[in-house]
Amino acid sequence: MATPRAKRDPILPAWRTALYALALMAVDAGVVAAQDQPATAEPLFRVDRINALIAILVFGTAVTLYTRWAKQGKPLYIRKLAGLDAIEEAVGRATEMGKPVLFIPGLQELDEIETIAGVSILGRVARITAQYETPLIVPVRYPLVLAAGQEVVEQAYREMGRSDAYNKDTVRYVAGDQMAFAATVNGMLMREKPAANIYMGAFFAESLVIAETGNAAGSIQIAGTARPEQLPFFIAACDYTLMGEELYAASAYLSHEPMLLGGLKGQDLFKILLVLVIIVGIVLMMFGAADTFLSWFTIT
Amino acid sequence: MRTTVPVAIAFVSGIIMLVSFFFRTEDNVFGDASQQLLIWSSIIGGFSFLLGAISIVRVNWRNVRLKKSGWGYNLLTVLAVFAMLVPALIKKGWLPESMAHLAGRDAGSIYDWIFIYVATPMSQTMFAVLAFYIASAAYRAFRARSAEATLLLITASLVMLWRVPMGEALLNSIHPGLPGWINTYVMSGINLSVQRGILLGAALGAASFSLRILLGIERTYMGRG
Repeated sequence: MATPRAKRDPILPAWRTALYALALMAVDAGVVAAQDQPATAEPLFRVDRINALIAILVFGTAVTLYTRWAKQGKPLYIRKLAGLDAIEEAVGRATEMGKPVLFIPGLQELDEIETIAGVSILGRVARITAQYETPLIVPVRYPLVLAAGQEVVEQAYREMGRSDAYNKDTVRYVAGDQMAFAATVNGMLMREKPAANIYMGAFFAESLVIAETGNAAGSIQIAGTARPEQLPFFIAACDYTLMGEELYAASAYLSHEPMLLGGLKGQDLFKILLVLVIIVGIVLMMFGAADTFLSWFTIT
Repeated sequence: MRTTVPVAIAFVSGIIMLVSFFFRTEDNVFGDASQQLLIWSSIIGGFSFLLGAISIVRVNWRNVRLKKSGWGYNLLTVLAVFAMLVPALIKKGWLPESMAHLAGRDAGSIYDWIFIYVATPMSQTMFAVLAFYIASAAYRAFRARSAEATLLLITASLVMLWRVPMGEALLNSIHPGLPGWINTYVMSGINLSVQRGILLGAALGAASFSLRILLGIERTYMGRG
């Protein structure tokens, strides 16, 4: 019997070892008679994802550092976001006109980060409506968002000392179907004529249906979404639009809390690093030497 | 306590999901824990639909009771909720054999009939109305009031022409390379690079927001902070 020989398999990554077994094949019968199943010795830790771990650690360190600096009182510059500055103005307008404010925290479930961002902004908006005693309407598409939204709005009213003004039906479940939701909201927009409509979260094809109706109803409209395909619709139909990352920055921006703003600065630092990586990648690609470099940033 | 416990649950759940990404999940504690969390989330989501049903009935019924403007629509909504809910919950065995097919959610049941002949066409109608909204929004967006708006109008007109066969044929007749040029430079060039820039920022924003939640810095989603 021949002695087993170790040989490098060019298909396998360098860190992975594999044990191969030979199989005799009966061609006529079309049957594979394998003596042993090929067994690969897979490590528990996924070394192929170590690049993602390094990225998380660098990102986490940047956020933690800036949060600590913010906690120590170091001034942090955050650029002005016109859409968020306009929220208070829009609620003020609604108060003067004696009309409600309509807020939609997107059309996704609560396990979507965009919805959580929307619910966070809802808390801030509810504080302002509680302060001005302006009616707030929050139609939602999922019952879990309903529960979270009710909790957030109730807490906001409590913190502003206006528990008595809180109405449990402020946040209401209207429909589970996307277009049924859009139809219900359109009905609300045309009947109640809110003075301000705020759309923050994940939106799909209904974005324009709702935003155009709001425009026709004469409301001030502020939208925010991280979905690039819906942004043109909101830009065309709304007065202010938060694009992409601005949606996630909104709750920190509105809170003015140094610790939350520190997180934003950490994010900016990581973005600068990412831009540098992209520039290096472009240069290497121009010289045809980017293969190894690109493999460092590929997650399997 | 009202803040600490939810923050702790969010932290532990987030860490389990994060750790399970870096370990092989077959037959080990990381995989089991992350799978269990996903199952719990589905179960909680299922039960929460009861909250939704209660909310929709309460809000609409109150409007009917107070005879608020448009209360007829509210009544219709309440009736629609029960028209779909009750026949779907009735067991076939509870009804005489000639009416058994009306119960449950199988083909031919009341639930199925309402879904196919009422809910779906209405939903499709709403979707179709989108075309008119696009036209009105496009009219407003493309009014050539400034240099930028004029540029947008010209670009959008070229892209819209390129997207339909007749327009593509027209562009081809002007210059055979024009459709390819629009595809290469406008759609795959300028448009895609801007979209990727927004996506990159959004992904980082989502990661930063998640990290803030995981570390308990961001508590605004609970109405606190």
